[in-house]
Amino acid sequence: MGKTIAQKIFKAHLKDQPCEDVNVLNIDRVFCHEITTPTAIQDLVARGKDRVFDPDKIKAVIDHVTPAKDSKTAMQGKIMREWAKRHNIKDFFDIGQNGVCHALFPEKGFVLPGHTIIMGDSHTCTHGAFGAFAAGVGTTDLEVGILKGVCTFKTPETYKIEIIGTLRQGVYAKDIILEVIRQLGVNGATNMVIEFTGSIVDAMTMDQRMTLANMAVEAGATSGICLPDKRTVEYLWEFIKEDYSSKAQALEMFSKYRSDDDALYAKTKTVDVTNLEPLTTFGFKPDNVKPISEMKGTKIDQVYIGSCTNGRLEDLQIAAKILKGHVIAGSVRGIVSPATPKIFSQALEQGIIQTFMESGFCVTNPTCGACLGMSNGVLAKGEVAASTTNRNFNGRMGKGGMVHLMSPASAAASAIKGEISNERI
Amino acid sequence: MKEFKGSVLFLDRSDINTDEIIPARYLTEIEKSALQPHLLEDLKLDGFNSKNDIKGKSVIVTRENFGCGSSREHAPWALETNKIDLVIASGFARIFRQNMFNCGMLAIELSKEIINDIFDKFSQIDTLISVDINTDELIIEAAVQTQTIQFQISKFDKDLIQTGGWVDYADKYY
Repeated sequence: MGKTIAQKIFKAHLKDQPCEDVNVLNIDRVFCHEITTPTAIQDLVARGKDRVFDPDKIKAVIDHVTPAKDSKTAMQGKIMREWAKRHNIKDFFDIGQNGVCHALFPEKGFVLPGHTIIMGDSHTCTHGAFGAFAAGVGTTDLEVGILKGVCTFKTPETYKIEIIGTLRQGVYAKDIILEVIRQLGVNGATNMVIEFTGSIVDAMTMDQRMTLANMAVEAGATSGICLPDKRTVEYLWEFIKEDYSSKAQALEMFSKYRSDDDALYAKTKTVDVTNLEPLTTFGFKPDNVKPISEMKGTKIDQVYIGSCTNGRLEDLQIAAKILKGHVIAGSVRGIVSPATPKIFSQALEQGIIQTFMESGFCVTNPTCGACLGMSNGVLAKGEVAASTTNRNFNGRMGKGGMVHLMSPASAAASAIKGEISNERI
Repeated sequence: MKEFKGSVLFLDRSDINTDEIIPARYLTEIEKSALQPHLLEDLKLDGFNSKNDIKGKSVIVTRENFGCGSSREHAPWALETNKIDLVIASGFARIFRQNMFNCGMLAIELSKEIINDIFDKFSQIDTLISVDINTDELIIEAAVQTQTIQFQISKFDKDLIQTGGWVDYADKYY
């Protein structure tokens, strides 16, 4: 019987099986940010175990609230900074170099096919776009990851989602993943790995695959994985060219992780996106999804373009193309946060930042802030946002606020109109 | 090991997420005790008032996919600081469930049918639940009746709650 990519990665990283269905895996990358790591650091210190298993396999960033907004967030940053220094963690990204973790770390070449990755952040599944097994964990698992480089997972069952058809103009990866979540439900892939396959995924750029994998957790999945292919190699080549004699050789090595044709899946589903329209969410669960055409006329107070879901260069390019030559509605606050300094800088060079500013958007530094109502764009009670982020939970972007998730294109169109709209896309 | 028993808070909804259990605006707290007043502050549930309804409760009984969303271990910590160390549901989100055991807390999964039955019989009256970890039994007690229900957790999960959690276990064995 053949194996899935998740089964192959598990086999290659298995350290122990303390009992049936509990796998202790060796972890290749432990990613850290300042919201969930300081408590882990403090606990390690309190236990007299202030050690790290391998400073080169730990990558850390301050991204959720940056620059610090108050004494408490300043302290979280300080704990991270001092910890990174005393353990010689060289890949620590502080202000000036920092960006949204799930955009920054792939951009640095830290994520390779076949890797096991954990982070104290549920959207760690984003890195599955590169053919890695990447999963969000809590602070205790993160702490053990830092200390010993291991983590436990149940034996993964895989839900294969084959995405086929022809995408209409104006429909993007965000719309596809919203449709997948609508079909699966928020509990549809709990304890499973989602494997995204099919001609639509094959044709996607890495930015698009990251949007797709990013929201796998919104269907409950442990990780969302795309199979490594030529595009993966192309994206990673600048980081791996010393390790492989050619791109073909790299592809051959990475291909050993691809699922076998006769692999056994717990579930499979085919999603034909040919008739898919631009989508958005209503209510307070990410599976409450319907076409924007049915939500037209919903007034909005804020438009947010950014986050680990949709704050990458391609996202900004698409939004800027729609905004070009237009001014956003006077009733709308437009906020854009390029997800990393590199993306910010490329957007500057390409005139995208200028377009955002001319249309009336506020351009903020790279940070997660607004997505979870921590900083840089918190909603007031009764306010409504059109947002390119990943969660519409009650209070997510501010207590009493309402969030409608959508693609950057739809968010830009909505900003111009002052209400939920797909008019210009 | 913690004591898993006490008065029950029934939360009659599925998909209660970790933003509802503890909103992100409190994630800047470094001390767990600071989370205590904010447990379930943003919960969307008709008739529920976090200021009055949590007091004196030590057990939560709820439905499917409890703890979905963010990975924040602040969710079990917010429960723990309110002396709620036991959650019984027809299903848990993966990260939340693992966080509970990693903290030496107990997340017990029962079938939908059994959870329905518990809600039908007990949710409108004062109810006590206790756990016997040696026999894998839940004892539900209320004025009308007492019921014993068998549950299953793995030996590994039991080891974690009995030996004080995953950090010491991993440091010892790996």
